[in-house]
Amino acid sequence: MSKYIHTILIGGAIFAFSCNSNHRHVENLMIKGSDTEVNLALTLAETYMATDPNISIAVTGGGSGAGIAALINGKTSIANASRPMKEEEMALAREQQVYPIATVLGMDAIAIVVHPQCSVQNLSLQQLGAIYRGDIQNWKELGGTDEGISLYGRQSNSGTFVYFRDSIVRAEYSNQVKQMNGTAQIVEAIKNDIHGIGYVGVGYILDKNGAQSKGVKVLAISRNSRSTAYLPTELKNIDSGFYPIVRPLFQYTNGKPTGQLQRYLQFCLSPEGQALVKQNGYFPVSEIYWQQNKQALNLAYAKATLR
Amino acid sequence: MQKRHFVDRAIKWLFLGAAATSVLVLLGIFGMLLFNGVKAFAHISLAEFFFTSNWNPSAYGEPSYGILAMLASTFLVTVGAMLLAVPLGVGAATYLAQVATEKTRLILKPVIELLAAIPSVVVGFIGIVMVGPFIARVFGLSNGLTALNGAILLAVMSLPTIITVAEDAIRSVPNSFKEASYSLGANQWTTLIKVVLPASYSGIIAAIILGMGRAIGETMTVLMATGNALAMPRGFFDPVRTMTATIAIELGEVPYGTTHYYSLFAVGALLFLISLVVNLLAENLAGRYRYKL
Repeated sequence: MSKYIHTILIGGAIFAFSCNSNHRHVENLMIKGSDTEVNLALTLAETYMATDPNISIAVTGGGSGAGIAALINGKTSIANASRPMKEEEMALAREQQVYPIATVLGMDAIAIVVHPQCSVQNLSLQQLGAIYRGDIQNWKELGGTDEGISLYGRQSNSGTFVYFRDSIVRAEYSNQVKQMNGTAQIVEAIKNDIHGIGYVGVGYILDKNGAQSKGVKVLAISRNSRSTAYLPTELKNIDSGFYPIVRPLFQYTNGKPTGQLQRYLQFCLSPEGQALVKQNGYFPVSEIYWQQNKQALNLAYAKATLR
Repeated sequence: MQKRHFVDRAIKWLFLGAAATSVLVLLGIFGMLLFNGVKAFAHISLAEFFFTSNWNPSAYGEPSYGILAMLASTFLVTVGAMLLAVPLGVGAATYLAQVATEKTRLILKPVIELLAAIPSVVVGFIGIVMVGPFIARVFGLSNGLTALNGAILLAVMSLPTIITVAEDAIRSVPNSFKEASYSLGANQWTTLIKVVLPASYSGIIAAIILGMGRAIGETMTVLMATGNALAMPRGFFDPVRTMTATIAIELGEVPYGTTHYYSLFAVGALLFLISLVVNLLAENLAGRYRYKL
């Protein structure tokens, strides 16, 4: 019996203590948006909730657009987006007295993969765009053998499909692109297709130790025909911003985050948070976006101490 | 006496109810497809939908809604599958029904029926990692994600249906037909070709149609194995994106109530109509030959 009383007393003490130290009640945070980020956001939220009993975080997907719409309508505290907000969305937000501020959670690099026997080693962004627009149709034009290029891509319901089209292709995809049902199938197809080329998230072709999976070759990509080409498989190329096909994964908040929201976002950018980002197949926030994050969050510490 | 009457009537109503349910479900589905599909034409012209070949509703620029390319894709894959599956299936059915010993039949039939138990996603995967590369090697292509790949896989998938139904039809030919043929001095081959197969014609047609229905409606396998390129296919060695694959790819993410959303229902309704027409044709054909003997 006394054991129970003890438990109740201790429980009461903890309750009283937590009420005192962190004022009032459990705070609810809503995170909504990008399906690319949803698993990562869930991992981060669960880890953070384990350290702080006064916060409850609910994570839902629905797509970048849905998350941004929810932020504008005041239905979510954080909108996850694997693309920057559009001009129309910004205008809509201002109309609703919402002022979105972006912090970058991590980086998603997209690798260009070919068959190991492909003689081409690197491409410029212009060449890559021309290939997927269907303007370059033969490997010969890229310094390879005289063979037609066999194009692989994702399906239109994929965020990567949209990102790659809007940022690299900047036009309609060639209608010869074979739309594969997921990243795994692109890799499987490239392994069997000597003339194939495809785009996949780097996380998919690297294992936990950073070793590259066999059967496909990753191309080095340069910003233009005169600049150096970089491989996405090395962390330093992404970190420095030299590898050109990297998209930031955004978390939008209404105005500068404060209180619990700010503490949560700071956790995401802490060494522990960034380690989780890496475990999920993405890359830690790069230098350029780190500056932006610092402004958004008033981070007192420098990035060097976070690693 | 009273009780027996009551049971008789109850059972009659029960069976009528069962039959009516499937009809109602069918009408309901068709009504739903049509109701939603028609709304697409508020923004898409009929001419664009039926007579242009570019399907790109979530385009970078202007969306386009032409179904010719996917119509051709579905046609190509289905016809290809039937070209492979009909001779193979009817041949196998004939062997099982007429030639094989009872012991062989008892072993072969369950094995063939087991083919139907393979999930379509597994067949699709086999298409990607085995059949596709094989096609590429044999025909000197860079990859095997083509209409031919889909046709081969769909042929395999429709074989169990064709064989089972066709075998039943061939077995149901009365022995007296064969005996009459033999008594006139015909050998086994002649009897088979001239008597048994024509007598089971309607059943074999039904078998082919059922197999064809399987091929037209199959989604996962073609989605995985045929490459899904949007271009108009020029032949069996081109990648194709069928109507079913298009619906499966796009319906999951399409915003509710948009032209794109309704256009997918229009494609679904058209797919339904195609199946309906094929079935009616088959009924008609089968009926015409049934009484010729």
